[in-house]
Amino acid sequence: MIKSSIARKVVMALSGLFLVFFLGQHFVINITSVIAPDTFNEWSHFMGYNVLVQYLLQPVLIAGVIVHFAMGIVLELKNNKARAVKYKQYNGGANASWMSRNMIITGLVVLAFLGLHMYDFWIQEISYKYIAMNPEDPTRYLEETVHKFEPFWRTIIYVISFVLLALHLWHGFASSFQTVGVNNKYSAGIQTFTKIYSIAIPLGFIFIALYHHFNPLTH
Amino acid sequence: MKLNLKIWRQKDAKSQGQIVDYPIKGIEGDMSFLEMMDVLNEELINKGDEPVQFDHDCREGICGSCSLQINGEPHGPDRLVTTCQLHMRKFNDGDTIVIEPFRATAFPVITDLIVDRSSFDRIQQAGGYISVNTSGNTVDANAIPINKHDADEAMDAATCIGCGACVAACKNASAMLFTSAKVSQFALLPQGQVEAVDRVQNMVRQMDLEGFGNCTNTGACEVECPKGISLENIARLNREYLSATTKG
Repeated sequence: MIKSSIARKVVMALSGLFLVFFLGQHFVINITSVIAPDTFNEWSHFMGYNVLVQYLLQPVLIAGVIVHFAMGIVLELKNNKARAVKYKQYNGGANASWMSRNMIITGLVVLAFLGLHMYDFWIQEISYKYIAMNPEDPTRYLEETVHKFEPFWRTIIYVISFVLLALHLWHGFASSFQTVGVNNKYSAGIQTFTKIYSIAIPLGFIFIALYHHFNPLTH
Repeated sequence: MKLNLKIWRQKDAKSQGQIVDYPIKGIEGDMSFLEMMDVLNEELINKGDEPVQFDHDCREGICGSCSLQINGEPHGPDRLVTTCQLHMRKFNDGDTIVIEPFRATAFPVITDLIVDRSSFDRIQQAGGYISVNTSGNTVDANAIPINKHDADEAMDAATCIGCGACVAACKNASAMLFTSAKVSQFALLPQGQVEAVDRVQNMVRQMDLEGFGNCTNTGACEVECPKGISLENIARLNREYLSATTKG
């Protein structure tokens, strides 16, 4: 167990930055499902069968997600304990943004969304490859993805989750730099990049979900 | 000006406290917040009631004694002022004002609006000092050249009066702004380098032992700090801590 509050926060920040980087890479692959379907199939097949991705990067990613969420919950519990008696009146909005004060709420929504997302894609993929023992099919990925967005309810859940993800990133991304000690002449640029990234990437994911919902495959 | 005060009353540390209503009139805009409290206490004493107890000393924004949570904000709605510098002109006739003690597990209530902030003293004692040879070979501090930028930043950090508003404002009751100011004022100066590694580790350890929460960079502390201590100090504390940890 990490005893120092700063060390716990650094773990939170570094795992968060790693997930932010992964999110960008995930988006780059996903956007090809709209603009270059063959590339999407090709890249998805690579990610699904490359030994390095499957047996090194995938476990690291899963560990990163678990560490980030577990540490987030540990920090929340400790923070609640640090003010056992609450204020009768607390005007948090007077001095801090909603996003910065509600990272646990946006984080838990993203966690719940990840559960659905893993069920939708990762569990199905594991089942296809290792339980049903189906042969490799480099052309199946686009069809599977588009099919997932046919139900309206799933598309809406994805859209709402990405909005909450944007709010989470809005504070979390730049905050990670402060936690690892970066607050200098580059901080204004980091803040600007954070805002652009936290809107552009989730908005891009929303676009992909809506695009596939309104453009179902005809065959 | 007529006001409806809602004030936290608590007989002692073990008692259950509660908010009590105190209507008050005849308050002038030029009165300070603490003078308004004095008027209330005079009325209470004249009626034979127990006056509201609150911390205060210099009433000039220097000592860091006054520590009231006013309408959900430490030191009230004004910026860069302590409670004693807050004037009643910031309020309107007929306003309801909720007055509570600073809340944190590490700041237990002693009575009414007075909290025990000795946890700050213990953090300071853990490393907020430098050792100087005073056996006759003392070097005049001014004989050591320090660049203007570092001197200014160290001075800015040293203006922290330890009032606890940062803890009171933070949703996590974190003491990172206070601790970072106390570490920074030495970390920026050559005199602070000798004990730099031990200082930051010991002060952070003590901060954690006292039960303060974790910093989540909301920035509330910086906004509410009556001395304008910057979040840059927290980043510096993080750097100093990580550097000290790697050096052992």
